[in-house]
Amino acid sequence: MTFILIAEQILNGIQFGVMLFLMAAGLTLIFGVMGLINLAHGSLYMVGAFAAAAVAGASGSFILAVIAAMAAAAMAGVIVELAVIRRLYARDHLEQVLATFALILVFSEGTRWVFGSFPLFLDIPDYLSGPVTLPAGIQYPLYRLALIIAGLLVAIGLGLFITRTRVGIQIRAGENDREMTAALGVDIAKLYTFVFALGAALAGLAGALVGAIQSVQIGMGEPVLILAFVVIVIGGIGSIKGALVGSLLVGLTDTLGGVFLPEFFKLFADADVATATGSALASMAIYVLMACILIWRPTGLYGART
Amino acid sequence: MTRETALNTVLMALLLGVPLWAWVSDEPFTITLATRAVIFALAAVGLNIALGLGGLVSFGHAVYFGIGGYAMGILAFHAQTYTPLMEWPLAIPGTKLMPVIWLVAMAVSGLVALAIGLLSLRTSGVYFIMITLAFGQMFYFFSISWPAYGGEDGLSIYIRNSFPGLNTLDPIQFFGICFVILCLVLWLNVRIVNAPFGLALNAARQVPQRVETVGLDPFRIRLTALVISGMICGLAGALFADLNRFVSPTMFSWQMSGELIVFIILGGLGRVFGPVAGATIFVVLEHALGGVSDYFLFFFGLLLLGVVLFARGGLYGLALGRADR
Repeated sequence: MTFILIAEQILNGIQFGVMLFLMAAGLTLIFGVMGLINLAHGSLYMVGAFAAAAVAGASGSFILAVIAAMAAAAMAGVIVELAVIRRLYARDHLEQVLATFALILVFSEGTRWVFGSFPLFLDIPDYLSGPVTLPAGIQYPLYRLALIIAGLLVAIGLGLFITRTRVGIQIRAGENDREMTAALGVDIAKLYTFVFALGAALAGLAGALVGAIQSVQIGMGEPVLILAFVVIVIGGIGSIKGALVGSLLVGLTDTLGGVFLPEFFKLFADADVATATGSALASMAIYVLMACILIWRPTGLYGART
Repeated sequence: MTRETALNTVLMALLLGVPLWAWVSDEPFTITLATRAVIFALAAVGLNIALGLGGLVSFGHAVYFGIGGYAMGILAFHAQTYTPLMEWPLAIPGTKLMPVIWLVAMAVSGLVALAIGLLSLRTSGVYFIMITLAFGQMFYFFSISWPAYGGEDGLSIYIRNSFPGLNTLDPIQFFGICFVILCLVLWLNVRIVNAPFGLALNAARQVPQRVETVGLDPFRIRLTALVISGMICGLAGALFADLNRFVSPTMFSWQMSGELIVFIILGGLGRVFGPVAGATIFVVLEHALGGVSDYFLFFFGLLLLGVVLFARGGLYGLALGRADR
């Protein structure tokens, strides 16, 4: 266990974390502003990845693919918001869960219908492939480093957008008091559609960026969706800052747990047993982390409301 | 007899009559389908005690279903390989006896429900939904990465477990066992709804503050409901594993939790027999549409969306008008 290996794993954890943030930010915005639990957020991630794979296959351009992913996910988001989600704001959480669960079935099977059951592949562009040498002699894949930077830039941009722009102020106002905001002349219906599309575009971006390191397949969104839920529960639902801190915590815990727990058990058990126990416990680590945080703070790290 | 009672009677008569007819005309596959419907109904009735009566939207009831399944799988696995379940401090052998398996399944799922409830009932609303979901994932990933009992591949049991005095290998006799259990649990459910405990649980869903002012603790009432609910799901899981003679991590998956909720909503929230109707419809549709199109779930998703958006109250609501609960 060398310093370089540890540093690499920490970078992997951060990379995983910032990608989770792109998902969690949309989820937490949609919940914070509209009070809606959106299980279909993972489907928008999948839509982004498939759109990126299709456009990259046709045009060969990675930049175009990423733009297409965001556009396709945002489009899908707008359509779904206008057709279905809009009717759910006033309903209770159970009905929201169920309707968006139904949307997952429709999206997954619909995508299987169009693209078939086989995974697609999205290649990393040449100018982002290969390793790069960081200070202290750490070799790290350039693409993953680019993901970290892109994710952090989006986080900063989103933070500025929410705190500094007029639309951001309206979003925060809508979060606090819907009626008062509407009375002051803000078109709440339009604002909701916009927030949903923004969340969808972020999910689509995450899908396209992660699609290049994993395969693009049906059902790829749901594991990420559930992790994003864990993130926003840890961070406090509705808080962008909480989503960022939660994402990094979850990303680091999952990655470092998977590497170090088996090593830790090897100190006092056989290699086989240690690997089995360690990896079994590592797969549960983030949920244990979540349970601990909730015992300490039932509404998450930055959550004020219950 | 009210219209709801009449509908309940028709539903149960169909659920019993169709497999009996299939038995007479020698169509074992139909009996297996009916058994599947009855077991799903049992699990959904279990969830309904927490969700319908207690208002606890648990998105992680697959945990108990899966624990029931693995209780059966692990006990039968040790019995079929003649290895002890545990050597220290007590030598415990595996078993192929259904009643023992059921008791173990219910005890373990009850204990797990107690632990999960103690943690998750501290929260409410969305947090509760997401935490139960996360606990479900925790068990799912644990069952995948724990290699002792098959890991991702699951565990096959070659011969169905036995019940004293019955031949469980005969589909209609196994169906009979499941159906009797479903009837017992439905009876228990009706008793709970009318008992002081059920009234308190119902009140804790509607106005928890008032329950508190009359000196009852909503937390303990909800915890009890969750434990009962988990035990019934565990029993259903053991039966489901016995039906398939196979357990795998899929039983722990979040889709399973989602489907259990779907059964309740499809049938009609707040009706004791709603989950039975929902599970039956699901199994019938799965069989009927599954033969027509590979994309059965696409159409099922649209149907479900339609029910949630336009037919609140589910099938019972459609048949009887709006629920007066």
